[in-house]
Amino acid sequence: MDIERRILELLENDARLSAKTIAAMLDTDEKVVADIIAQLERDKTILGYRTVVNWENTEWEGVTAMIEVKVSPEREVGFNSVAERIYRFPEVRSVYLMSGGFDLTVIVEGNSLKDVAHFVTHKLSPLDKVQSTVSHFILKRYKEDHIIFGENEEDKRLVVSP
Amino acid sequence: MSSMQHHIADTVQSLKPSGIRKFFDLVSQTEGVISLGVGEPDFVTPWHIREACLYSLESGYTMYTSNWGLPELREEIAQYEKRAIGVDYSPQNQILVTVGVSEAIDIALRSLVEPGDEVLIPEPCYVSYAPGVLLAYGTPVPLACYAQHQYRLQPEELEAKITPRTKVLILAYPNNPTGAIMEKQDLEALREIIIKHDLIVISDEIYAELSYHTRHVSIAALPGMYERTIVMNGFSKAFAMTGWRIGYACGHQDIIAAMTKIHQYTIMCAPIMAQKAAIEALRHGETEMRKMVADYDYRRKLMFNGLNEIGLSCFEPQGAFYCFPSITSTGMNSEDFSEKLLFEEKVAVVPGTAFGESGEGHIRCCYAASVKNIEAALQKMQSFVIRHRKG
Repeated sequence: MDIERRILELLENDARLSAKTIAAMLDTDEKVVADIIAQLERDKTILGYRTVVNWENTEWEGVTAMIEVKVSPEREVGFNSVAERIYRFPEVRSVYLMSGGFDLTVIVEGNSLKDVAHFVTHKLSPLDKVQSTVSHFILKRYKEDHIIFGENEEDKRLVVSP
Repeated sequence: MSSMQHHIADTVQSLKPSGIRKFFDLVSQTEGVISLGVGEPDFVTPWHIREACLYSLESGYTMYTSNWGLPELREEIAQYEKRAIGVDYSPQNQILVTVGVSEAIDIALRSLVEPGDEVLIPEPCYVSYAPGVLLAYGTPVPLACYAQHQYRLQPEELEAKITPRTKVLILAYPNNPTGAIMEKQDLEALREIIIKHDLIVISDEIYAELSYHTRHVSIAALPGMYERTIVMNGFSKAFAMTGWRIGYACGHQDIIAAMTKIHQYTIMCAPIMAQKAAIEALRHGETEMRKMVADYDYRRKLMFNGLNEIGLSCFEPQGAFYCFPSITSTGMNSEDFSEKLLFEEKVAVVPGTAFGESGEGHIRCCYAASVKNIEAALQKMQSFVIRHRKG
């Protein structure tokens, strides 16, 4: 596996690893790693560094919905232009083009159910090319990006063993 | 209560308590310790293996198996060893499924050793070989290995310790605690001596899959060694299955039959749920296992580079998940170093002497720990080393 891919895998798993640590883990120079990361950031292979938050542990009681959207594709641009119209809204967390029974999955966040409902009825559904929407509200997160919520990560091993 | 000591057999009374035990008690009494003293993977057994065990329980697999182990498991083991070390074992009579490699070693020694027979044990090594020999009424003979040879057993050392009573040589590579491996040419150099003196080799290959940037070579694959080698392996390290207690021995049918005799009267069979899980591990566990090995490799380099940087010189371990740095720059012996490091910095390592006298001047640091903990431990060890540097 090339060094670029290794760095990406390590950072995808833990974005807080420093170039110095990664260099030690890959047995190479810190500068080599820092340069590669900088290049990956410039060419937008690395798009950002984020934190996985379990909001249930906070006072915020927001809601997230997964909305199935059927749209009519447009000549030449297919689904891209309507997807863009949708993903520009700040309420929209993610948009995916899907195969199967509907076209776009739109993940929407809001402070309340009312917020999300308002977004769907006033912003999303009225869009020209949107034929129909089905909203599913997320009730509980169990796992996100390989991280299991609320898992007890305590080391259960004996502290010293042969 | 009055003492019952006089009822305890002399052989058991004279066994020294493990040096690890003492250290375990010390560490357990200390709060907030970062432990590099663990001798097992920091991964939990991959879910598909645990799930296969649950399914077998649901399906009612709760009974004894054949003494030798489930035929499907022995078949998988035969295929695995063929792939891994290129040696053929018949699932019918050359493979015995045991309760970990620990049991395999015990019953192999009891099958081979007559009172007074000598068993050669390269040190530093895992703690149970010498007691196993004593419990078989044999005489353990340590063979010292040193950092300047990357802890590989030297033919001169082997030859020098052979007497007319020598019967068995134990080889444990990749090695706990040093991380040493034996490459083909190293094993080749021992081969003639072993054959000349008609020795049996017990080859504990539990860390075989944890070989980095090189393929594990088993001495059983060398000319003339197949019949006189008992290969032992298991699932604890490669598949993160320490608590399942499942391993196996492969070898000449006469030796395996003798071991099976003891096994059938003392153990009957390895637990069926662990055997079912082991089948799943061998059939579908390779991808997850490779991922774990790649992950150890990152941390191996992190710790090896880190230790050398803070002035605890260390040869590059090429197997297992341990670094075995020298601590002589501090002027302390390994026990003092480990105790002081625990008290002053709350970092637990294991003194090298717990693994034999030639481990003096060294400590075992396990890198089956999180990157965060490895870095924090290295930082604490650095201040400790600076504070205690000799002269």
